[in-house]
Amino acid sequence: MIIFFSSVLAVTSISSVLVILILIIDLIINNYPDFEININDKKKITVEGGKPLLVALKEKKIFIPSACGGRGSCGYCKVKIKNLDTPFLPTEIPYLSEEEKKNNVRLSCQIKVKSNLDIEIPESLFSVQQFDTKVVNLVDLTYDIKQVTLEIEGDQKIEFKAGQYIQFEVPPYKLSSESVYRAYSIASNPKDNKKIELEIRLVPNGICTTYVHQYLKVGDKVKINGPYGEFYLRPTDAEIIFIAGGSGMAPIKSILLDMREKGINRKATYFFGAKTTKDLFLIDLMDELMKDMPNFKFIPALSDSNSDPSWKGERGLITEVVDKYVLNGENKEAYLCGSPGMINACISVLTKKGIPIEKIYYDKFA
Amino acid sequence: MNISPIAILFASVFTGNILLSYYLGMCSFLSISSQMKSAVGLGIAVTFVMTITTPLSWLVYYLILVPLNITYLRFIVFIMVIAGIVQILEMIIERFSQTLYYSLGIFLPLITVNCAILGVNLFMIIRQYSFINSIFYGLGSGLGWLLAIILLAAIKQKISKNILPKGVEGAAISLIISGIMAIAFMGFSGIIKIN
Repeated sequence: MIIFFSSVLAVTSISSVLVILILIIDLIINNYPDFEININDKKKITVEGGKPLLVALKEKKIFIPSACGGRGSCGYCKVKIKNLDTPFLPTEIPYLSEEEKKNNVRLSCQIKVKSNLDIEIPESLFSVQQFDTKVVNLVDLTYDIKQVTLEIEGDQKIEFKAGQYIQFEVPPYKLSSESVYRAYSIASNPKDNKKIELEIRLVPNGICTTYVHQYLKVGDKVKINGPYGEFYLRPTDAEIIFIAGGSGMAPIKSILLDMREKGINRKATYFFGAKTTKDLFLIDLMDELMKDMPNFKFIPALSDSNSDPSWKGERGLITEVVDKYVLNGENKEAYLCGSPGMINACISVLTKKGIPIEKIYYDKFA
Repeated sequence: MNISPIAILFASVFTGNILLSYYLGMCSFLSISSQMKSAVGLGIAVTFVMTITTPLSWLVYYLILVPLNITYLRFIVFIMVIAGIVQILEMIIERFSQTLYYSLGIFLPLITVNCAILGVNLFMIIRQYSFINSIFYGLGSGLGWLLAIILLAAIKQKISKNILPKGVEGAAISLIISGIMAIAFMGFSGIIKIN
């Protein structure tokens, strides 16, 4: 009995001594002064030292895109740091190209602020803001895709280009002990700057998708920040090829609504891949758009050949359907949104048709 | 036990090499040895942690565990000490030597689970070393580990361009190499005799 108590006592006291030691040393050692960050030679901010650059900037309301919330697993939060010569960390290397390494591009979530920094970020990030929103509507588009409508509270308005995305903050809940951020494309018309729609597909055990599908209710408050992204319609007169699958519908829908609003009447074909008719949605809206825009054509295709014998539309993998309809790549540009596998397959089909790779714009689900 | 600390130092590098005679710390030895730079970084980190944790474990063992008659807890207590020390070391190195911090990189936290370190701590108890000897034993074992991983990395670099039979690529050839290295190290056994 005595042995039992002395063991418990000894182990507890040794571990608490170690913990206290670590805390004291942490307090003494990680006590950095404030540092100055010079952004694009335009704006100077003072931040607390010792924090990751991503977090430090966020506290000063400068939002760098990051889909993983600072874990170093998405590689989005790239920032050019002009005066930092520490070697690239093992956690950074997989996300940086040779070109970026040469230009001192770093992952801002991995770099702790330990000196004055001189950084460069895309000018558009200055317009990124945080918004407090309220869920005003939740609709099941299919069995696994939910449409979430968020209304921006207060006087703020969101200005975005059709096709861009925002980051959705998931508060701590059963599946995660801290706030995490996930990126979702905006599906609504940019004209409405008080409301945005998102289309979110349930991923088994996905932290954000589970939250949206099983916990989110109308009336809940949601924090978002944005807009981000280079996925938007280029102002040319080329013929447009849209290709999407599943919730990849969202940015394309926003672009189409924007085109109708602005009366852009370029020739456009939208290939939408689904497994069965159960995975198809917004068909009525697409029909309406085809009526309003004579040059627009919507081509859904089912990949599961055994399902729905009454289906009269296209069948086969989306790449086969694209291959059949797109005869050549002359004066065409393509906008793709979907899984990395689908996008890579479509890129190889489109480049074979002669569309140059720089005319193919895409948004991969990370 | 009356052994000269210098003898212990040399014995733990050559005749009783923790890696090549006891085969401890194999996992990182095999996986980090493909690049010389990383191998040296990890070797230095291991040496560092061994030199500090061995005498510290000595103190904890003889001043706390033995008087309380709870020596059976040494495994869990040593692991705690090692984890704590690694954590503290990481913070200190990060703050004061950026160069060392970046060259050790991810290896430092990985050392917590390197069995060679726990092994050295336990051998030190079994062999009833004195406090001074434990310092030299820790340092020597670390240097021995460093030497072994440098040798393996050098050999792997040398054979990296050779074509190997499919079946012995990767870990298999590393194990064969370390086996041969172990036999070579047996040649040192006459120099110093310590158990």
